[in-house]
Amino acid sequence: MIRTPLRPLARILPARAKGENPDAIERENLNRRHEEIEARARVRAESRLLVLSVSFLCAFVVIGGRMAMMATSEPSEPLANAPGTVIANQRADIVDREGRILATNFETHSLYAQPPQMVDPLAAAKGLVQIFPDLDEKKLIKNFTGKKKFLWIKKKISPEQKQAVHDIGDPGLLFGPREMRLYPNGKLAAHVLGGASFGKEGVNSAELKGVAGVEAQFDGYLRDPANGDKPLQLSLDLTIQAAMERVLFGGMRLMSAKGAAAILMDAYTGEVIAVSSLPSFDPNDRPRVSIPGEDPSENPLFNRAVQGVYELGSTFKIFAAAQAMDLGLMNPETIVNTRGPLQWGKFKIRDFHNYGNALTLTKVIVKSSNIGTARVAQMIGPLRQKQFLAALGMFDPTPFEIVEAVNAQPLLPKQYSELSAMTISYGHGISTSPMHLAAGYAAIANGGHYVSPTVLKQAGPQLGPRVMSPATAAASRQMLRKVVSEGTATFGEVPGYAVGGKTGSADKPKPRGGYYNDKVIATFASIFPSNDPKYVLVVTLDEPELFTLGETRRTAGWTAVPVAAELIRRVAPLLGLRPQVEPAGFGGVTLTSN
Amino acid sequence: MKGLLYILTALGVFGLAFWAYRENYATQQVLSDTRKLQGEIGAAQVRLSVLRAEWAYLNRPDRLLELAEINYTRLGLLPLRPDQFGRVDEVSYPPDPLLPITNAVDVSTMEAESP
Repeated sequence: MIRTPLRPLARILPARAKGENPDAIERENLNRRHEEIEARARVRAESRLLVLSVSFLCAFVVIGGRMAMMATSEPSEPLANAPGTVIANQRADIVDREGRILATNFETHSLYAQPPQMVDPLAAAKGLVQIFPDLDEKKLIKNFTGKKKFLWIKKKISPEQKQAVHDIGDPGLLFGPREMRLYPNGKLAAHVLGGASFGKEGVNSAELKGVAGVEAQFDGYLRDPANGDKPLQLSLDLTIQAAMERVLFGGMRLMSAKGAAAILMDAYTGEVIAVSSLPSFDPNDRPRVSIPGEDPSENPLFNRAVQGVYELGSTFKIFAAAQAMDLGLMNPETIVNTRGPLQWGKFKIRDFHNYGNALTLTKVIVKSSNIGTARVAQMIGPLRQKQFLAALGMFDPTPFEIVEAVNAQPLLPKQYSELSAMTISYGHGISTSPMHLAAGYAAIANGGHYVSPTVLKQAGPQLGPRVMSPATAAASRQMLRKVVSEGTATFGEVPGYAVGGKTGSADKPKPRGGYYNDKVIATFASIFPSNDPKYVLVVTLDEPELFTLGETRRTAGWTAVPVAAELIRRVAPLLGLRPQVEPAGFGGVTLTSN
Repeated sequence: MKGLLYILTALGVFGLAFWAYRENYATQQVLSDTRKLQGEIGAAQVRLSVLRAEWAYLNRPDRLLELAEINYTRLGLLPLRPDQFGRVDEVSYPPDPLLPITNAVDVSTMEAESP
């Protein structure tokens, strides 16, 4: 580059000669030079800006293009970086406390038809009716030859049926994969499991939806894909449940009862080890729900153990006695006036037999005296009784985790008067489910803590708030033991298991008011072994009748108690309880203060 | 010198291109293997769940009870009774093992034939 000098002699000399300042020339040249430098710098900066903007444009185009591609393309799982992908079941399994399967999924097929693709609709309809006799051939032909483009024929078909349909060979008959819910044990624990059905249905898959029992209660958990390999573990024990259902069914038939329910509950954890309601059903093939106007309790879907509320009769007497002892009003030897009939306004309370004029509190329970218990309730008063029963959870639906449990709202008198307190003390005027009763007896069995019944396996004791003192619970247990050893439940004696319990035979209420004379609900609520109780067993029979020793017997002592005894005999060894010699009571020494 | 550098660079580019080509195919192979394996795992899991369901179905208490009844003459199985619990001291110790034979007596007559 030729550099122009700032002070060119050719201009300086003439300027000097003219007497001008040569510095002006220099400044002019310097300015010119600066202008040139500026112009060059601008050009360079502009080109740099251009390059930069082009590269930014490219970057934005790339990012935008990638975004557009991602937005429009089908999502796919990243294959390369998924080392331990578990292909989850559509719905988690349900297992018992030992991990044995109660409910699982099974791959099967659905059958649907696309009439426009059919070659020979008449032959197809004929073939289908031969495979599925419950289909109507005329209706099928009408559907196949009509305007329909698509129709479901069967929701679930077996592999053999699928092959048979395949052999018809019509291209219009198509199969879709289906996952169905399978209950391999059939009727076992049907009321707890409930059942499942298809929700939204498509050709390629269908949504499985729980409709009752734990299937509906834990629907969210079971459906969650994250829980596909984490089964829901229940507190039920398959073996014990099976033994219970068998014994209970036998007992129900023997006692010509129209229904039966039994609950076996761990007194410390609240875990329900087995619960059964008869008549039962097969959850693989749920019967229809009862239509309005029909008595829902006649339907096999009705859960008598959890859903049904009944007046459970004299089984409630122990709560009155326990409360009286807990309040310090009485001890087991306090004499109670049992002169009958007890008149309260227009209402008379009578006993099943006349037990004389006075009994000790223990004898009131052992002989099951209504009058005696009503007198105890009078001493306690309605307010305190209400608080005590509320603490035992008798006024609210049980927290048992099946959807039906919330329907079991106990029925209470509208006005909780002294008379109500008196009748409730012997189990009339309050209707609860057998599950409520089991929770109440669990409090006596575990030394005075409320436990909430649960169907989920627990890690350890789940003792709730204290409802009575340990001494009261111990004294109540001794009373319950005496009911079996010398009172109304002598058929309940099982050698080695020191059963303690209380019978209850309540007349069934008529739908229009009043009570039947010849229909009872017989209940036996028991704890075993009563010297160190671990389990609570409640057995309820609906309308039992037993003709023996020359008369028809309906009381629980003749009906529910032998069934419960047989249940304990069968179930206790399975629970791992070894028969033990009962510790001898201290003769002549009685508890005088607590 | 410059020419050698150019040649080496060109060779390097060839080498890298060849490597990238191979890696690309290897990756695709691994991906398709993964896909196949995952398909197999899925099928195996379905089969496993079917087998589990069958196992549970074959072991359902109703069936076991019937089998116990059918085979009663051979097996004599009855429900567990309370009196069947034993105590630890009722279990006998295993018998002592026999002492090892150290002075074996040869009873063969093979060598006794020739006096």
